[in-house]
Amino acid sequence: MTDTTAERATPDSTRVPREIGIRRRYASERRFKACGLIAILIGLACLAILLFTVISKGYTAFLQTEMRLPITFEKSVIDPKGEAANNPRVLMMANYPTLARDALARELGVDPKDRAYSRSLSGMVSNGVRTQLRDMVLADPSLIGTTQDVWVLVEANIDSAFKGQIDLSVDEGRRKINDLQVTWMKELADRGVLKKRFNTGIFVNGASSRPETAGVGVAIIGSAYMMLTVLVLALPIGVAASIYLEEFAPKNRWTDLIEVNINNLAAVPSIVFGLLGLAIFINFAGLPRSASLVGGLVLTLMTLPTIIIATRAALKAVPPSIRSAALGVGASKMQMVFHHVLPLAAPGILTGTIIGLAQALGETAPLLLIGMVAFVADYPTTPLQPATALPVQIFMWANEAERAFVERTSGAIIILLMFLAVMNITAIILRRRFERRW
Amino acid sequence: MTYKLLAGVAALAVGVAVTSGAAQAQSRDQIQIAGSSTVLPYAKIVAENFGEAFPDFKTPVVESGGSSAGLKEFCRGVGPDTIDIANASRRIKDSEVEACKANGVNEIQEIRIGYDGIVFATDINGPDFKLTPTDVYKAVAAKVAVDGKLVDNPNKTWSDVNPDLPDWEIAAYIPGEKHGTREVFEEKLLAAGCEATGDLKARVDSGMDEKAAGKDCMAVRKDGAAVDIDGDYTETLARIDANKKGMGVFGLAFYENNADKLKVATISGVTPSTETIASGEYPVSRPLQFYVKKAHLGVIPGLKEYVEFFISDQMTGPDSPLAEYGLVAAPEAEREEVRQSFESGAAM
Repeated sequence: MTDTTAERATPDSTRVPREIGIRRRYASERRFKACGLIAILIGLACLAILLFTVISKGYTAFLQTEMRLPITFEKSVIDPKGEAANNPRVLMMANYPTLARDALARELGVDPKDRAYSRSLSGMVSNGVRTQLRDMVLADPSLIGTTQDVWVLVEANIDSAFKGQIDLSVDEGRRKINDLQVTWMKELADRGVLKKRFNTGIFVNGASSRPETAGVGVAIIGSAYMMLTVLVLALPIGVAASIYLEEFAPKNRWTDLIEVNINNLAAVPSIVFGLLGLAIFINFAGLPRSASLVGGLVLTLMTLPTIIIATRAALKAVPPSIRSAALGVGASKMQMVFHHVLPLAAPGILTGTIIGLAQALGETAPLLLIGMVAFVADYPTTPLQPATALPVQIFMWANEAERAFVERTSGAIIILLMFLAVMNITAIILRRRFERRW
Repeated sequence: MTYKLLAGVAALAVGVAVTSGAAQAQSRDQIQIAGSSTVLPYAKIVAENFGEAFPDFKTPVVESGGSSAGLKEFCRGVGPDTIDIANASRRIKDSEVEACKANGVNEIQEIRIGYDGIVFATDINGPDFKLTPTDVYKAVAAKVAVDGKLVDNPNKTWSDVNPDLPDWEIAAYIPGEKHGTREVFEEKLLAAGCEATGDLKARVDSGMDEKAAGKDCMAVRKDGAAVDIDGDYTETLARIDANKKGMGVFGLAFYENNADKLKVATISGVTPSTETIASGEYPVSRPLQFYVKKAHLGVIPGLKEYVEFFISDQMTGPDSPLAEYGLVAAPEAEREEVRQSFESGAAM
């Protein structure tokens, strides 16, 4: 105190600013802010680069080149012997690609039987027309004998060329699409027969070796089954464990040990959970390989620690006064927890759960060993049937040789990112809406 | 109280899962396949066409993961909860057959589907490379003999290796050790080059026994000139995109799908193509095959039909979708032999 009085005593005119480091402290604060800002900018720049590369490569995957062909469902091709009525297999096994090839030949005004053309013609149309036209005929056999305008998919290399992803200036022998096909492609595009349309197939189709008919449909269903399994199992188990540990368990060496173990589990590499899943759920319990239920169980093990840690933090954040008040008016401990503490902690629990789920949604490593990194073309009707997952589909497509899978890989990443964004936004909205501050 | 309900639902879910899982295991109606990532694209094409051509059967599930992982899973036992087919880009080893036998997988049928070529390629704008096994050995081996003495590989550029080759720094992207391709690379190029240069003899002369010398021939230099690629060919392609003077090792099918980006090198004067590989002129090729559990034939619906469909000419013949993708079809006589051996049920 003596110092300040002495200071005050000095006349204003001769006052030398006392060195208390104000400028230095402001400067260091500014430096710190600048560092923080730079850190955030670096983060944002990385995110921007990531999003830019993924979206610029992948947006074309949502458009697919198709041709509108007047397809004549000739009886002589589909059902030459007229036995479809008593033998339904005839309609299944008919040579539908020929119909599309002939329709394309008519459109171009060339002879489909000419050997010089027939290969190039067949190479323009996706082999997926077989199932497309078959399904049309099976759904409505009266189509036989009529001519219908049908949008059919073009072959993947034509699609890539039309989108400018194949270098057409190189020698004909070095690319998978010949000069004749390029001429035809341009001619059809000029006439408006061949154009890019929205690609619903990428959302609904299962895996396929043909890029043009490949989609993430099975992967989305598989991921959905797994998320459901995780939610149904991990949330109640995780919340029950946390409530017991936080509200009921005595604080002693045992509970400390459990806490250390839970925190450790949260950091265990996910492949370890895959090994565990293979040993327990498949080899011991005899659950089927590649099933999304097994995937869900493995991911549950992986997500549990995250949910327990988040839930305990949320429970801890509820002020002790709430507990004391509830106990004070005569509530039992159980009533205190379920009537007062848990509702107040719910937003935090939900946020933790959704973040845990989002993490589980992006996992591939634990799924490798339980056989979910696989080519699965058929939709699973139950979680016990083989399925795959979104990140797995991305991984599989990234390894494909065909050019057309490059854009589809990025397209699938965009789809996965959208799912993650929706989940994280839900977490934020829930927190904003229900959060209480004290 | 809702929590009691939730807990109840969870317990029920687990219960249902385990019991129905056990029920499921007794009747699987979908073929399960695992194994080599080289065979995977072919198996996928066949599986998809099989699903379309045989509407009564489901489309088989084809897992990726590598020849060894697939065979390990294959040898885990017999029964609906084990896989039916293992794809492999190499022959099954005796130790694996033993492991299979130990787990009750006694009868295995080997089905050869065709051949795969291994090619060297550079960026499309690069110069022409005319390689020989000797060049490849001298470029990537860990130790080579100089004046009869073994020294650490001193070659920095391709022209150091062979004055006829371009003056490019050696940057070879070769398949990693977990790949089946690596084995072919070692046997057909490194071992052949080692013998042709007389380095094998130099190794034996320096006091190694024959077996150790052969093994030492296949050691790859670790000074950065040769890079192991553990991922797939897409990764090798990305490396070459980044380093335009790099040389990558690819499967023929992958090269053919990306021929507008890559220029292929000749080996001993032969340009790799389905024709030169089928005729045996091109030296670096290997058979692709899959293994079927005989005990599962007739038990798993569609398994026999799938195998027959796979080895039919419409799938693996010279004018088939697999040949279109890059598989080198086996000669007619060999295809017929494979079909007959499958019909007769000859097991290994």
